[in-house]
Formats: sequence, structure tokens, C-alpha cells
Amino acid sequence: MKSFSIKNFFVSFSAIAVLLFLYFPLAVIVLFSFNADTVSSFPIKHFSLKWYSVLFSDVELLRSVGTSITIAIISTLIALIIGIPAAYTMHKYDFKGKKLIDKIVLMPITLPGIVTGVAMLSFFPFVGVKISLTAVAFGHVTFLCAIVVTQMLARFKRLDPYLEQAAYDLGATPSATFFKVILPNIKTAIIGCVLLCLVLSMDEIPVTFFLIAGNNTLPLEIYAMMRRGITPEVNAISTLIFIFSTAAILLSLKLNKEK
Amino acid sequence: MKIWFKRYLLLMPLVIWLLIFLVFPYCYIFIQSFFETDNFGKTIPGVSLDSYKRAFSNSLYIGTIFRTLMYAVLVAIICILLSLPLAYWIAFKVKKNKTFMYTLIALPLWVSYIIRAYAWKIILGREGVLNTFFQWAHITDKPVEYFLYSTFSTIVCLVYILTPFVAIPIYTAFEQIPKSLIEAAKDLGAGSFTTFRKVVFPLALPGIISGGTFALVLTMGDFLSPLLLGGPNTLFISNIVQNLFGTSNDRPLGSAVGILILLLIFLIIAIAARAEKKYSSLKSDAR
Repeated sequence: MKSFSIKNFFVSFSAIAVLLFLYFPLAVIVLFSFNADTVSSFPIKHFSLKWYSVLFSDVELLRSVGTSITIAIISTLIALIIGIPAAYTMHKYDFKGKKLIDKIVLMPITLPGIVTGVAMLSFFPFVGVKISLTAVAFGHVTFLCAIVVTQMLARFKRLDPYLEQAAYDLGATPSATFFKVILPNIKTAIIGCVLLCLVLSMDEIPVTFFLIAGNNTLPLEIYAMMRRGITPEVNAISTLIFIFSTAAILLSLKLNKEK
Repeated sequence: MKIWFKRYLLLMPLVIWLLIFLVFPYCYIFIQSFFETDNFGKTIPGVSLDSYKRAFSNSLYIGTIFRTLMYAVLVAIICILLSLPLAYWIAFKVKKNKTFMYTLIALPLWVSYIIRAYAWKIILGREGVLNTFFQWAHITDKPVEYFLYSTFSTIVCLVYILTPFVAIPIYTAFEQIPKSLIEAAKDLGAGSFTTFRKVVFPLALPGIISGGTFALVLTMGDFLSPLLLGGPNTLFISNIVQNLFGTSNDRPLGSAVGILILLLIFLIIAIAARAEKKYSSLKSDAR
């Protein structure tokens, strides 16, 4: 019995150690964002909010935040507009090639970002999309479609089929049924999906890396700052991104669970 | 006819978008891999196997592909070893707040890649957290140089980033094992290690394989970790592709190497799918 509890202790100990490994780096970033020193050395001697004030006067960085937010909103909107009707059709009807669409829509997530990135870089100019922020937004729409379609398909599957039937029986037209019955019922799932899309777009690098020209998005601005050398300002912006994206993701998970 | 039309009207925007901005680009790099370059690095359309010949004859390309594959296998194994106790603990030992614990593993997946990579830069740097802590605790008196900007730091970062990807399928596999099977093994006198080895592990093997495949495939396609944390000698195949499309500007060769990476990934996924099928047949045998 005694050896059993030692084993038990060993499993719990190593599991908690791995969990600490997953959170230690994030804790380091948050902690050192309050470090007054320029070098991230142990132990911290003075705490200060200095790097946060540096951050809010960094014009380049603030502009990149604006760029990222704009791209995230535009690409999420387009992905919703083309993704939700498609998911609805895929849920409602069986047709040839449904499985193929299912596979293709997931390609930007399943295939390596580097190949997707260079493929878009090579082909986009042929359809008149110059390598620019427009190209970045189009690239984001493409991978956000994967998120919208899978999330919405999952939501439609949980929807009560009698709801739609009842609407038709009461004489509603298909479009009235969609806008007045189905849409209000999947509202929370859509909000959850929007949050997820915004976070993913704000963080995206592999595709953005190849399609960008000129103005940086937020992650690429951070990348540029890192290449210039480590500045504790990156700790501060990282802490803010971490807090915002964690809040958005937790909210999104919660909304997706609601009926 | 009308209903048929309406259905497709809703589906068409997505299909057209995916064709233009995803399928055609993928087809185009396949075609581009057969193009040639002139002496000035300009791409000339044509049908030639020149790029593939160069990729296979130069160890910089074919050698790096295999080296990256070795790194990927190493990363996958470490991720599995880290995920097993974590997933086991949450699946079988944690009684309260299971959903919370699950969220704790899933959450880092959604935290910005660049931030997670940057964290290792301040931890492993010459004047970073780890080195200054070692000196403060008098474990070393000089900073350890090879912590950062080395293959070591690249692997650490990849393991860190990919562990949640591996832990989630393993956890799901553990959760699906009927608790009665484990109790039966214990009732028949098997110790907890024997139960793990003979009951839990074989039943969870498909989940372990799919988790490992995630780590393998994602490492093959990662170019940021080596770029941010690697040293002058750290070379992953994706960095070569990135260079061929950037400074070296040899798009046909870059496309050919990209296609080779894709083929290798398809091969890995096909092998993994077969292995998953083979070992999940254990489940139906156990009925």
C-alpha cells in the first residue's frame, strides 16, 4: 500500500511540474513587465509601471495595434458572411462534394503555415491582390473560414430540428425562418466564434509574414522589436495581449457551451 | 431547379473564395516547382525537373529535410512524455474542477505564438532569468551561453508550444477508457503500473499517436521558433523555404522544397492514420 501512494505522489508531482512548465514562461513575462530594469535579470530589484507608459507613447506600436484590429474586424466579418450560410447549407443538405469542401476548408489549419504563406505570396498577384494589408486580410479570411464553418456546423447540429419545422408550419418563408428563428438561436455561438476569430487574426504570423508590405501588424511589430534587441516594452505589450486574449477565449468557450 | 439553385447560392461564396485564395495558390506552387530561373533569379515558366534535381542532389535541402524530421521526432517524443503524466493525472486523479484543469491545458494554445516564443528569449538569454538565477544561487559563476540562440532553445520552445496539442488528444483518449476496465484489472490483482502498461496505455495508444503526429507535422512546418531562438547553425527546412522566397529569391526551388515538405507530411499523416486504426482495433477486441 505504501509503494502505491509513492507512485501516486510521483504521478501528481510530474503532472504539476508539467503544468508549471506550461505557465512558468507566461508568469515570467507578466512579472518582468513590472521590472524597472532594462535587463530581465533575477531577482527583480525595483517594480515599476515604466514600461507600460513607454508602450503607450510608442507611435509605431500603437499604429500596429490599430492595423491588427482593423484587419481582424474586416476579415472576421467577411469570414462570417461567407461561412455561416455555407455551414447552414452543409448542415441542412447532403450533396456531392460535401466531404471535399469539409477537407479543403480545414487546409489552412492542417497544412503547414509556411507552405500556405508562400503559396498565397506566389498566387495572389495573379488575381489582382497586391502584396499588402489587403492580401493579409484575404489570407486571414481564408483561415478564419475554417474556424467559422467548423464552429457553426457544430452549433447547427445541436439546434432543435423542430424549431425550423414549426416556423415553416406557421407559414414563415425560408429567409424569415433563417433571420427570425435560426439566427436568434445561434446568436451566442456567433459571438463566441467572433471572439475566437478576432484573437486568432490578431495573433496570426505565418501567413501575414509573407503577405505584408510596409505597415506591420501587431505580432510582426513585436517580432521586429525582438530582432532589434530585447526591450522590456515587449513584456508589457505581451502582458496586455495575454490578458485580453485569455479573457476573450474564456468568454468564447463559455458562450459556445450555452444552448 | 429553383431550390437546387438557392442551396448552391448559399454555398457558392465560400467555395469560390476557397478556390481562388486557397486551392489555386496550392496548385500554383505545384506548377511553379517545375519552372526555371535564369541567371538573374527571374522565374521562367516551363516544365523542368531542375528544381527537384537540385533539391535531391544538394545536402542543404534533402539533408535539412531529414534533420528537421529528426528534430520533429525528438520534439514529438518529449511532448508525449510530458503529456502522459499530465493527461493521466487530470483524467484519473483530479476529482473536482476537471473542466477547469482541462481549460488550463487548452488555454496556452490560444495565447499568441510570438509571446510564447519571446518568453523563452528572456528566460534563456545570456542575462536572462535562468542564467542570472543560476549565478544568484551560485550554481554557475558564468552565464551559460548555449541556452539561447541554439538548437537547444529552438527545441525547448517547440516542445513548450506543442505540448498542449499533444496533451489534449491523450487526455481525450484516457477519458474514453471505461473506468470498469481499470477496476477489473485492479480486482484481478494488477498493480497500478501493470494496469497502466497493460490496460490504459494500449487503449490510449490511438490518442497518443494522433497527439504525436500533431507535434511532428507542426514542427516540420514551423519557421518562427528557429528564426527567433535558433543559432547560426540552427537550420530547419521551413527556414530554407522562407529564404528561397525571400533573400535567395529562387521561387521554383522554394516551391519544390515546399512540395517535398507537403509530401512528407502527407506520408506521416497516412502512416499515423493506419497505425491509429490498427491499435484502435484493440478496443473492439476488448469487448
